[in-house]
Amino acid sequence: MRVGVLGLQGDFREHLTVLRSLGVEARDVRTKEQILEIDGLIIPGGESTTMAYLLEKTGMLKVLRERGAQGFPIYGTCAGMILLARELDDPYPEQRLALMEIAVKRNAYGRQLDSFEADLQIKHIGSFHAVFIRAPKIVRVGSGVEILAEHDGAPVLVRQKNLLASSFHPELTGDPRVHRYFLEMVAQG
Amino acid sequence: MERLTGTFKVKSGLAEMLKGGVIMDVVNAEQAKIAEEAGAVAVMALERVPADIRAAGGVARMADPKKIKEIMDAVTIPVMAKCRIGHFAEAQILEALGVDYIDESEVLTPADPEHHIDKWQFKVPFVCGARDLPEACRRIAEGAAMIRTKGEAGTGDVIEAVRHMRLMNKQIRMVRQASDEELVTLGKEWGAPVEVLRLIKELGKLPVVNFAAGGIATPADAALMMQLGCDGIFVGSGIFKSQDPERRARAIVMATTYYNDPKVLAEVSEDLGEPMRSISAAHLPERELLQVRGN
Repeated sequence: MRVGVLGLQGDFREHLTVLRSLGVEARDVRTKEQILEIDGLIIPGGESTTMAYLLEKTGMLKVLRERGAQGFPIYGTCAGMILLARELDDPYPEQRLALMEIAVKRNAYGRQLDSFEADLQIKHIGSFHAVFIRAPKIVRVGSGVEILAEHDGAPVLVRQKNLLASSFHPELTGDPRVHRYFLEMVAQG
Repeated sequence: MERLTGTFKVKSGLAEMLKGGVIMDVVNAEQAKIAEEAGAVAVMALERVPADIRAAGGVARMADPKKIKEIMDAVTIPVMAKCRIGHFAEAQILEALGVDYIDESEVLTPADPEHHIDKWQFKVPFVCGARDLPEACRRIAEGAAMIRTKGEAGTGDVIEAVRHMRLMNKQIRMVRQASDEELVTLGKEWGAPVEVLRLIKELGKLPVVNFAAGGIATPADAALMMQLGCDGIFVGSGIFKSQDPERRARAIVMATTYYNDPKVLAEVSEDLGEPMRSISAAHLPERELLQVRGN
């Protein structure tokens, strides 16, 4: 199994470290050709506008959207979740993957001063300490989307078949259980 | 459910999210939009860019809150703002405005001849400049959640940023190889808190993100600094004092991502128009150096 982490910008090295600690062959991905050489992809935390610009510019967006629609496993954390969302609740249209039936509002938990840590209960995983940094909020989920964890009434970890998305950053806390869950999805995919 | 805010984890965490990206100085909402559309990961809201501060002389202070708010309203990416070294009241104002990061910056005129701000007192994270590892350690001990090289701001000359980055790398290698008792001696000789040195030895690197700043003017400059091991790039005057800011901004963003790919670098470096009007840092008299402010 080979898993990629989108290496255009953001905390991709932290994701690679977690994946490698789980004994997986992991690499950063920066070209459309590399997308075809992996079995699953994590889109890390970072700035969604930056990643969207670079994805579009490099032609990776189209390749990734096509693969994602055909069952290729993708996990988006924070900025990655924004890129996966079908709907974005703010006035800044941009190119996205738009593969998941969720509506997301950017920075809806507030600015950096409102960034926070909290304990979650995650389905199939149990209690999990999570870090939210200028986090996007899921404001609606469509049919076929399973809510795996909530915080203050809003979904924060959701799955739709081959796609997984979280508002928080499991790569920052050193707890590999969400990554392990994604790897199981990749193994099944 | 309980929420913990203002922890060091969330302060340094935002800097982690900015890695591999370019933070651009902007002086109004229009420039902020251009920066965002060009792929900047954050903007630094300023009254004047460093080259203009240098040219104007006098006392440079925190920007007008109205200007900062305009910029915050214009973009979704994080907005940083500068306060003077040691000026904790300016920092309190910036925190009240809700900026995402404060740069306690030598580019502004220092307000305290001896002390930096006690950054642990704030919920908003701080980035600080450093010329070497001991200086970075002192800032981290004061609570900085992100470090950048000082370089020599407003010159368009990258040599000082290179000097600072190489020196930090060399000193990190020294710390990694030092025994526990040698660490204490290094701490004493360097004026660096030994607790931070121990952390660096344990991690093999700085405990916070380290960006390059001060004199970066071209895509090649950004690639050079990334290859020297920095985590990302600040561009001050380099973009909006150049002939074609939009094009140059996009090129520097590409160069920061593909810093290891000379073909991409060649492509994005082409036909960018004139860079900012630059001055050689070596020809600056001591009294005009910004990097010596705050130590």
